[in-house]
Amino acid sequence: MSTGSIAAHGHDDHAHHGPTGLARWLFTTNHKDIGTMYLMFSMIMFLIGGSLILSVRAELFQPGIQIIQPELFNQLIGLHALVMIFAALMPAATGFANWMLPLQIGAPDMALPRLNNWGFWLLPPAGTILLMPLVLYLFGIGTGGADAGWTLYPPLSAQSGWGIDFAILALHLMGISSVMGSINVVVTILNMRAPGMTMMKLPMFAWGWLMTAFLLIATIPVLAGAITMLLTDRHFGTHFFDAAGGGDPILFQHLFWFFGHPEVYILLLPIWGFIPHILETFARKPMYGYKAQVWSLVCIAALSVIVWAHHFFTAGMPVQALIYFMYSTMSISVPLAVLFFCWIATIWRGSMTFETPMLFALGFIILFGIGGLTGLVLADVAADAQYHHSYFVVAHFHYTLFAGGIMGVMAGVYYWLPKMTGHMYSEKLGKAHFWLTVISFNLTFMPQFFVGLAGMPRRIPDYALQFTEFNVISTIGAFALGLSQLIFVYNVVTTWRGKGEKATDGVWEGSKGLEWQLSSPPPHHSWDPQPVIK
Amino acid sequence: MNPAARSQANRALALRLLGGVAAAFAFGFLLVPLYDVICEATGLNGKTRGAAVAMADTRVDTSRKVQVEFISTTMPGMPWEFSAGEPRVSVHPGEITTVHFRVRNMTASTITGQAIPSVSPGKAASHLQKLDCFCFKQQTLAPGEVRDMPVSFIVDARLPDDVSALTLSYSFFAVDAAPGDAGRS
Repeated sequence: MSTGSIAAHGHDDHAHHGPTGLARWLFTTNHKDIGTMYLMFSMIMFLIGGSLILSVRAELFQPGIQIIQPELFNQLIGLHALVMIFAALMPAATGFANWMLPLQIGAPDMALPRLNNWGFWLLPPAGTILLMPLVLYLFGIGTGGADAGWTLYPPLSAQSGWGIDFAILALHLMGISSVMGSINVVVTILNMRAPGMTMMKLPMFAWGWLMTAFLLIATIPVLAGAITMLLTDRHFGTHFFDAAGGGDPILFQHLFWFFGHPEVYILLLPIWGFIPHILETFARKPMYGYKAQVWSLVCIAALSVIVWAHHFFTAGMPVQALIYFMYSTMSISVPLAVLFFCWIATIWRGSMTFETPMLFALGFIILFGIGGLTGLVLADVAADAQYHHSYFVVAHFHYTLFAGGIMGVMAGVYYWLPKMTGHMYSEKLGKAHFWLTVISFNLTFMPQFFVGLAGMPRRIPDYALQFTEFNVISTIGAFALGLSQLIFVYNVVTTWRGKGEKATDGVWEGSKGLEWQLSSPPPHHSWDPQPVIK
Repeated sequence: MNPAARSQANRALALRLLGGVAAAFAFGFLLVPLYDVICEATGLNGKTRGAAVAMADTRVDTSRKVQVEFISTTMPGMPWEFSAGEPRVSVHPGEITTVHFRVRNMTASTITGQAIPSVSPGKAASHLQKLDCFCFKQQTLAPGEVRDMPVSFIVDARLPDDVSALTLSYSFFAVDAAPGDAGRS
């Protein structure tokens, strides 16, 4: 990939006479500003979601009820998940899309800049609405935040207090925001590419995001429908999920997971998109199997919408359905294995160096691999009867969503931070952050596989005595993991404020792709006119 | 592409995607009747037919016996006492059987309830044919009233051979209050 007109962008940065101060951020339609806001919002919510779960881990340090009553415990676990998924991971991916997609495909901005601004500014109110009932509850006001888990299953969610209504409203706002973001990404990728950039020359990150965007457009509205039905069941006398009126609570599980399973891939596809970029950069080799990776991403996206019922095998299903959902779920491991082998082949015999983004990418491959393999175990109908709703499941999805999701995002942050800020982060702190994260992550979640296998159920504030040792290890690991993230926050913030040496345009020795041809940081308006790809 | 044409193209594509969003939202609601149709057609999820069936096949298969067990439950917020006259009966497939359930309103106010049936194993659900059932309509009980309610049913002769026992369960719900109100203070 090369460009014909790098020098031509020299269109004066300082000619930008927009509003300054707060108004600049409120009214901005610049993709870089909006991307920055998404990433900052994501980091703040990541810290909030983390604090919620650390209080849960503190309670689980010992059997019995010590510091948190069950009513509060129920709110903390559900809100932790909702915050991490909808307010930390999804906005992080959208932040990267905003920052990097236009730079990578040679577009002057996102296709629909005003929609973009609106998409972001729905998020802070949504986060506030989601968390406000919990804060009020801590001051003794109201019935507390959503306390039916992030899955909001009725009949529990049909019966509990207003927290559910607030969560439904917040989910609607966050859903609208991510659908708007997705429409913007699809239009940008399909319509705004630099001349000469065919679909098969797209950066892998764009392919990953394109699949995520299609999945969001197809499934977020189904979630919106399901929670709207829940809301009308609660307040307007409908009986969608109420057996007394001829409804069925299991129906909610089908609707929820029709969204919920693709959601897992929504969170991970953008990361599977940029991990190959990081690998090819630090292995100093071209990406292996571009076409195979593209088609694997497409396959995974397509398969993800037809496997949802494996989340509730134990709710009761005919044997034929069990077998169908088991095999279709397991079949996803085929395209995923193709991705894994392409990643390994990309670094195979490369001249690798181990800067922080590369460490996170490699850690991601190994730990996410464990998450994927334990998922295969859960997909087995016969085995699932034992694993279902145990800590094994908790460990499994943290290996996919923390090691696969959060650590993937961190790889991306370290990779692009010098490009975004124009300064190098502290490599020493980055490496310390990586090793502390990997060790404490495993210390937290590895014991949960065993304790789950031994029969400890998830979402319960108390547990039987024989599970104590594993829970002690897990809690110590969790606090170490939480504190290690403060190194990350410090490193990012100081880099943003201009500490660290100036970054070159290419930043990394082996960097490939259009974004590395711009200056670091890129000018406020970039790729205008667009580069021509030969 | 000039800027005007591009912004036109962007708007057109965005509108088409918005149409996709609307279609997905509608699809979510379409899944509700679809789910009921699938459950009813296949008898999945223990759903039995809502109304009385006409007797089609009255042959009695005296060569086998099937245990039918009864479970009676009242849901939270339903202050009735609800019990089956006998916990189980043994029937020949094809034979008409009538059993009684007894409810008692333990409060000093008039309450209306609705019983929801469920049969397990699920594959037997479509073979349990109810000719008459108190679950076909709502029951209203005066304060302290006791009522014996009949259920007449046939386990049809096409019941798969490997099913030797099935369970018919009834859950009584209060219909006056919206479901969400029950647990809210």
